[in-house]
Amino acid sequence: MSILLEARDLYAGYGGNDILKGVNLGVEHDEIAVIVGPNGAGKSTAMKAVFGLLNIRQGQVLFRGEAITNTKPEQMVRRGVAYVPQEHNIFPSLTVQENLEMGAYLMKGDIRPRLAHVYELFPRLAERRRQPTGQMSGGERQMVAMGRALMIDPSLLMLDEPTAGLSPRLIDETFVQIQRINAEGIGVLMVEQNARQALAIATRGYVMATGANRHEDTGPALLADPAVAEMFLGG
Amino acid sequence: MNEILQLLVYGLVLGSVLAMGAIGVSMIFGILRFAHFAHGDFMTLGAYLGLAFVSAFGLSAWWALPAAMLGMAIIAVAIDQLIYRRLRRTQPVILLISSFGMALILRSLVQLIWGSDNQTYVSGIQFPWRLDWLGGLRLKPDHVWIVLISSALIVMVHLFLSRTRLGKAMRAMSDNMDLARISGIPAERVIMMTWIIGGALAAAAGVFLGIDTRLHPMMGWTTLLPIFAAAILGGIGRPYGAIVGGMVIGISMEMSTLFISASYKPAVAFAIMVIMLIVRPQGIFKGTL
Repeated sequence: MSILLEARDLYAGYGGNDILKGVNLGVEHDEIAVIVGPNGAGKSTAMKAVFGLLNIRQGQVLFRGEAITNTKPEQMVRRGVAYVPQEHNIFPSLTVQENLEMGAYLMKGDIRPRLAHVYELFPRLAERRRQPTGQMSGGERQMVAMGRALMIDPSLLMLDEPTAGLSPRLIDETFVQIQRINAEGIGVLMVEQNARQALAIATRGYVMATGANRHEDTGPALLADPAVAEMFLGG
Repeated sequence: MNEILQLLVYGLVLGSVLAMGAIGVSMIFGILRFAHFAHGDFMTLGAYLGLAFVSAFGLSAWWALPAAMLGMAIIAVAIDQLIYRRLRRTQPVILLISSFGMALILRSLVQLIWGSDNQTYVSGIQFPWRLDWLGGLRLKPDHVWIVLISSALIVMVHLFLSRTRLGKAMRAMSDNMDLARISGIPAERVIMMTWIIGGALAAAAGVFLGIDTRLHPMMGWTTLLPIFAAAILGGIGRPYGAIVGGMVIGISMEMSTLFISASYKPAVAFAIMVIMLIVRPQGIFKGTL
């Protein structure tokens, strides 16, 4: 069985300039892969390129062994890949439930079991299902964003800085949720600013800098690596 | 008192016409990000299509409404597919200018086919009901129908936007285009539905205006400013705001005749729009401008 998602030697950017200069990524369905690195390393760009939001100039993206380089987002969703951007990741004038329904737009058949499942994962959303999401707190919005992505029953969940702007308690909660989601057999590929906490739960860790891979190992091994610690984790 | 009540009735009628136009303008802006300048001429063409239909089959004036709505829904989708669609990947300002051109084309076409004289659906004067228990308020049956049918159409738009999958997707796209794409919402289908609703409601506005006053090739173009004012007042990109905006502008325009000459009615709409843009540019319902 081939690996769930793999990116090989990606070159991509905006206009004529490559931001990514040879990025390699991989994640299995039972794994949490975490990308860390300094600002401007190209972490979010790498996520966007994989999801088809950015043209890949050179390199390959494989999903279950099949080449899907530059596949459009709609097709990625159909294949079971869900993506949660860092910002503007909800529909603010729609209610919680409507946001979730939009996540399942391409799903055929009854979506109620999926809704029930997401509400089970995020009980707070169930209480507020009729509320417009624009008025909710940052933590609740992040739950809506993740819930929307989970509505397609994805095999891979891509998260761009899911804990950005959250309080320490909510950050802890978010990492617990991500582990729960992963335990259901959903592969997780995420970019994280809270490198220590994220790498601690990562089965694969990637350290990116200036658009390329710098280090690659299991999360805990990267945390223990003095070179990584000095460069990116602040000693 | 009696006079205020009478103007309120006229205001509701005008408000209904403006709301029908403003819903479309607002939705088109929310989803395609451009001010659709041909919307007034969609109204005009719709009104004349209705006229052609009722005079061809010798039907009563109200049959103009369904015929105009159906015809304009089809024409709006066709214009989008043939022209606007090709310009969608360029800047919104190009779409705006092209819609301006479309406005001129449609108006000239109407003038070419039906001439530039005033026309009416029904000749003769309709006698109003006189409601003595309301201080002798005069109520024309047409006015009652215009307000009732507009209300029914508004309820239908509301049910579509709040209950159906495509309607919710329309609101989602208006909220956050990128996320809609990421979620896999089929943009082209939503855009097509936007034109169907926008075109049909513009035609309804045109027929109402034609029934209330008369048909003329400039009827829609001169109504465009208050329609934009209504859409901006309500919060552009927000169909519910457009309804409220239409009513506020319509009633204000009619009420203003208590104080100033009726020929300044468009100026009242313009003044409200400018004040709103200065004080609260996002509109009552916090639009996406």
